[in-house]
Amino acid sequence: MFASVARRASGSRLLTHVEKTESRIVEVSLTPVCKNSAAACCFAGSPRPRRRYVGGKLALWATLFLLSVSFVTPCSATGPTSDDCLACHSDKSLTTKRGGRTVSLFVDQKKFAGSIHGSLQCTNCHADLDGKDLPHSTPLAKVNCGSCHGDESQLYAKSLHGRAVARGDSLAPRCVTCHGNHDILPVKDPRSSVAAMKVPFVCGQCHREGTPVQMNRNIAQHDILENYTESIHGEGLLKKGLIVAANCASCHTAHSILPHTDPNSSINRRNIAATCTKCHANIELVHRKIIRGELWEKQANALPACVDCHQPHKVRNVFYSQGMADADCMRCHANANLKSADGRPMLVRVSEVAGSRHMKVACSQCHSEVNASRVRPCETITHPVDCSSCHAEVGQQYQLSTHGQMHAKGDTNAPSCKDCHGTHHVLGKHAPESLTFPTNVPDLCAKCHREGHKAALVYTGVEHQIIPRYTESIHGKGLLKSGLTVTATCTSCHTAHRELPASDPESTVNPRNLPSTCGNCHHGIEEQFVQSVHSAAVTKTDKPLPVCNDCHTAHSIRRTDQDGFKLDIMTTCGRCHGEIAKTYFDTYHGKVSKLGYTKTAKCYDCHGAHDIQKVTDPRSHLSRANVVATCQKCHSDATRRFAGYLTHATHHDPKKFPFLYYTFWGMTALLIGTFTVGGVHTLLWLPRALQMRRELRAAEALEAQAEKNSGPTDSDAKDEYDA
Amino acid sequence: MMPNAKPQSAAAVDHEATAVTVQKAPVAVVAVDRREFVRFPHLYRVLHACMIVSFLTLAVTGLSLKFSYTPWAAGFSRLLGGFETAGYVHRFAAIVMFGTFTAHVIGLFKQKRHNQTTWKSILFGPNTLLPTKRDGQEFVATIKWFVGMGPRPQYGRWTYWEKFDYFAVFWGIVVIGSTGLALWFPVFFTRFLPGPFINVATIVHSDEALLATGFIFTVHFFNTHLRPEKFPMDTTIFTGHMPLAELKRDKPREYAALLAAGELEQHLEEPQPAIVVKTIRVFAWIALSIGFSVVVWILYAMIFAYR
Repeated sequence: MFASVARRASGSRLLTHVEKTESRIVEVSLTPVCKNSAAACCFAGSPRPRRRYVGGKLALWATLFLLSVSFVTPCSATGPTSDDCLACHSDKSLTTKRGGRTVSLFVDQKKFAGSIHGSLQCTNCHADLDGKDLPHSTPLAKVNCGSCHGDESQLYAKSLHGRAVARGDSLAPRCVTCHGNHDILPVKDPRSSVAAMKVPFVCGQCHREGTPVQMNRNIAQHDILENYTESIHGEGLLKKGLIVAANCASCHTAHSILPHTDPNSSINRRNIAATCTKCHANIELVHRKIIRGELWEKQANALPACVDCHQPHKVRNVFYSQGMADADCMRCHANANLKSADGRPMLVRVSEVAGSRHMKVACSQCHSEVNASRVRPCETITHPVDCSSCHAEVGQQYQLSTHGQMHAKGDTNAPSCKDCHGTHHVLGKHAPESLTFPTNVPDLCAKCHREGHKAALVYTGVEHQIIPRYTESIHGKGLLKSGLTVTATCTSCHTAHRELPASDPESTVNPRNLPSTCGNCHHGIEEQFVQSVHSAAVTKTDKPLPVCNDCHTAHSIRRTDQDGFKLDIMTTCGRCHGEIAKTYFDTYHGKVSKLGYTKTAKCYDCHGAHDIQKVTDPRSHLSRANVVATCQKCHSDATRRFAGYLTHATHHDPKKFPFLYYTFWGMTALLIGTFTVGGVHTLLWLPRALQMRRELRAAEALEAQAEKNSGPTDSDAKDEYDA
Repeated sequence: MMPNAKPQSAAAVDHEATAVTVQKAPVAVVAVDRREFVRFPHLYRVLHACMIVSFLTLAVTGLSLKFSYTPWAAGFSRLLGGFETAGYVHRFAAIVMFGTFTAHVIGLFKQKRHNQTTWKSILFGPNTLLPTKRDGQEFVATIKWFVGMGPRPQYGRWTYWEKFDYFAVFWGIVVIGSTGLALWFPVFFTRFLPGPFINVATIVHSDEALLATGFIFTVHFFNTHLRPEKFPMDTTIFTGHMPLAELKRDKPREYAALLAAGELEQHLEEPQPAIVVKTIRVFAWIALSIGFSVVVWILYAMIFAYR
């Protein structure tokens, strides 16, 4: 092949000179000169300056040249030259009758000269004239482009077009139909009729609505040119001028055009992937769920072909609404009595799908193992629907989640896509009827995570009564009572598809990630928190640092401006700051809090809530510069010395607070001393007092007796006692 | 507890011996006489009632804060209308107690003027409330009596434990009152005292209050009301009256002195009307019950609920 090109190239260079030279000769003599031995031809083609001095030396040169050229040039030995032909065919009025039509026989010499074949002689193509005398008989045989373009010609012959020609289809295109005749330009030349930009129009000559081909031949596609023009390919090519955008020939090939039913066709199901990937290299990376690596090309029949989704000619930069016709599926699945082998109802309600998020998605896009060439296309289905073929990213997240991991292990408790999203009636999360609409999410998760249900039964963590607690939490109330759909629901913290246990470092609710998870909504708080002493970014320690849920809990998050939270905060802080919390309760603030009142200062009133710093930090609310202002929040007339009050004083620490320690023990000693003396005194007294009482009672009885005997007289008897 | 500062013209003499002989004559004369000895004048009855009310109020409101960790404390606090209201009530009761204290001191001055006596005779006379050498002797004698080593001492108008009670209140008012003021006006006090003084004041206030309530509701209650021979209560401080027999029995030395001075007659009054006594008993029972409840609460808080 390369050799032939080289030959043709060198020949054309040579012949260009010949032509130029000879046209000059024609001009001069106006007679047909040189009945054209190759020698004359070649002699004339020698460099111009030498032409005028024909001599022995030159003759030798010419002979040598001739000899060298004669080996490589397939120049016909006889027949008319192009000039001979043009002598007649340059006449614009030259016509002939063919099949009842008047056909112009004019050959535009200029165009021909500019064409890729401009260097050839007429007889190179019109080979039947070779060696014939002019004027020639008509009609001439059809030009056989295959004499030079053998490969293309062979492909063409096998193609739909070629075979149509062979069977004498008058509408069938030949080379000339697409390429033109005397004005053929290189394909790369934008002016070429088969230049990338023009291909749609070349093909569209026949393949557009209203043409005889489109009307009379069995062509399944409609509005081909129109659809193409509006497709992403057509738009790229025609509107954006991207000549790399696919045109008709990119998919159908230029010469080997075959119906898609032909196994050799570039658009056959088996081959379409290869065809598309000519341009869309590595497209499997974005379709990996469908094509599972090489399966795409090796077993295209087991998979949807590109065109199942990206319909031919209509290829859009959108999701594709039609592959195998839904109607085909509905032929069976509209039947309410249809049952699967294991007894599941197989009825598909069109209305469900129509109202769903997937209303424009064809059955076969999800049930992707269908084989359109079977009578029952679904019989090839072996796997459940894999949503990740479209929702690849979400699918990947799901696989990483606990749900996904369980599902991968074959745990039947594990929820798959359809358990949360439903099947045919999939709705977006923005649709209030959707299972995944924010206000429905708690109930959705509760299906498994409510106490006593399957997830709660296998759960081994510390969170219990999750659903009722959430419902009573500020988030739950905001979402379910106030109907604020922006309120955090299960998925806001746990994510929708990548739920992981809090112990997993990748989990959004892992202590490491929790601040940023909560910070999704509570951004301002997160900003404060990450700079606080509790942030892992600030404090480097082996001990666990608190994160949001340590103070606010996970599911029963309460309003922080209400008593419950306020009163529990001391215990909460005390979980880590045990000693200091205990001492807080020894002071007035703490004692009042303990009584259940929130008006006195609590931890965060002095230390701050999320912006807690060490008291030695100048930014702390309790730093020397800020402490008075902090006290003044409640004690408006507080002074620096007032701020010296020890809010965490304890009388149990003789080293830290000796004056309190000794005061306490001094008071206690006084207390114990007094009670000891008083108590002993009383106890010693008791027997004597009892004795006195007995005597007194005896005296009283005696007196009463005397009174009874002698009437009321005196109380001598009683008085006797006092003596 | 309250000093009856009526001038005793006769010097304190031991009338033990003569008492037996002289007592019979007047008693025989007034054999049907129902009159009782007036131990406390009206002012002191009223002041003691004020003390009871203010002291119980202070105790309940204060201890509910001190023992805030017991479940009862929160209940009391709610009952009193919340910690703030409890605080107001506490401070109001404090004012009442200060008033009682002041009234008592003023009463002393008035009494002195009324009886045209001198401070010396009040402070160092036989009926003084100040501890004397005799009190020490009586204390020793009492202990001996307790253990069966001697007879019951002939107590005078004020026994040593009554004097102790009296000064305990004096001391208590000064200590608890001053620290209470510091807690009431912390900003003012920290103008000239360091901040931690408030901490010290808190400890002193609360522990002294514990001492006061604990002592009053146990030792004082026993000494005065629960002693078997007086059980269940001694209403003298409320009615101001003491049966003459009781005077003879409990305060023989005072009785003897009065007899000797011939002043007993002027100290005798008809008993209080039954309704008054009944009312007083109801009041006293309520006060006693509250006191005992507080003791139970304190014991519970200190022993069972202490953290």
